[in-house]
Amino acid sequence: MNPVIVISTGDNVATALETLEPGLVLAGSPGSVTVRERIPRGHKIALAVIPAGGAVIKYGSSIGTATSEIAPGTHVHTHNLSSARGRGDLATRADLPQDGRIAEPSDDVRPV
Amino acid sequence: MSAPVFQGYRRPDERVGVRNHVLVVPTVICASVVAERVAAAVAPVATALPHTAGCGQLGPDMHTTHDTLAAYCRHPNVGAVLVIALGCEQVVAQYLADAARQAGKPAQVVAIQAEGGTVRATARATEIARSMAADLERVPRERCDVSSLILSVKCGGSDYTSGLASNPALGRVADRLVDLGGSAVLGEIAEIMGAEHLLAARAPNAETAGRLLRVINRVESEAMALGLDIRGTQPSPGNIRGGLTTIEEKSLGATHKGGERTPLADVVPYAGRITQKGLTVMDTPGLDVESVTGMVGGGAQVVVFTTGLGTPTGNPIAPVIKITGNARTAGSMADNIDLDVSGVLDNRETLAAAADRLFDEVIAVCSGRATAAERLGFREFAIHRRNPTI
Repeated sequence: MNPVIVISTGDNVATALETLEPGLVLAGSPGSVTVRERIPRGHKIALAVIPAGGAVIKYGSSIGTATSEIAPGTHVHTHNLSSARGRGDLATRADLPQDGRIAEPSDDVRPV
Repeated sequence: MSAPVFQGYRRPDERVGVRNHVLVVPTVICASVVAERVAAAVAPVATALPHTAGCGQLGPDMHTTHDTLAAYCRHPNVGAVLVIALGCEQVVAQYLADAARQAGKPAQVVAIQAEGGTVRATARATEIARSMAADLERVPRERCDVSSLILSVKCGGSDYTSGLASNPALGRVADRLVDLGGSAVLGEIAEIMGAEHLLAARAPNAETAGRLLRVINRVESEAMALGLDIRGTQPSPGNIRGGLTTIEEKSLGATHKGGERTPLADVVPYAGRITQKGLTVMDTPGLDVESVTGMVGGGAQVVVFTTGLGTPTGNPIAPVIKITGNARTAGSMADNIDLDVSGVLDNRETLAAAADRLFDEVIAVCSGRATAAERLGFREFAIHRRNPTI
């Protein structure tokens, strides 16, 4: 069994199908990646350098933004990957109305 | 391949059921215990819809309660309806009985205050439910085409295996059912957030895509307006332990279960009637029981529920089939799991073979095979509410 799965071409992370120990070499294209730290089963490992502010790509789509530079072979999770969606904690009252999302009509699919 | 058929119940309104229940419906929380006792006395044919609503509700929530209860009274998995009223509540018992009658089902009302208390009401309602059940038990199943099925696709307790095995297997079943003329319904708007571009691209026109995006935007705006990070709620703490980091990641894995290519046909409100072939998106919260309650209300006769970590959720009238791609969960929660597709992850089985097994399981369950949730008596029911109780 392959220890990791890369879901879509272009993904910069893989998912560990078993716990990965440091030193393990994952062969793959474009190049091999050496595991730098313990990656729990089900968690993600970086396949390439992801710069701070860069998109983390899985399923061929962005799953959020790197909050610091992520080195190949290291763990990608809540400590270095942040969602770009539903972030009311980052919004200010001033910028909410300028966001097209807020201005959209909300009642067109309600029956009332 | 010939179109598969199943053994179901044809209803006077031309819908097709996969179960034949006497539905015991309390109008209000105050009548819920009586409804549960009546249903328990005539189980498993009788099944109750205990709920916490029906009074003290404002406009939109009151409409949702009425509409959801009425939708269950009309549902094709229901053969007869017994409404248990208190007498002073907001929900109108006769409206629910009329909804059942308009769908061609026998319906009666027993009111606790009019009957002279819960002891008399329970005795009289149990007698009626028993008589209704005896009539329903004489109705045979008939050959029905799978094009009459609406499949609810749901995931809960997700982990990394959900997006890799169980959701893609379920998506293939949804695609195949739609190819055969059936329908699928996907809820949980917050768990489409981050993957909406993939579903919108499957809409036949900009209008349908726009309706999807507006519902997503409303849900995101509600979270934003609270000034909170939705992380911790979406993904849940269990999701995060399982390796899912962001809502985008969870959503991209979750939307697989709505198929890979089936067109997005419609977007409907909570418990709104599903009328289109293809994939319908319903405006439901991510909370499992409220979501399943709404999709069954919309007309889904059967639910396939994928889980990574395991969960017991069922429904009072629709069978809920549990599948997992996590081999440990398949073993540790075997009592609650109907189908193990973990072989997809370690090459013991192809995704196509897993999807074929799941399709066969759906057909068998629609023909009467009991699910784990049915055998264990999991019948959760919860009506979504948006506003305070007054």
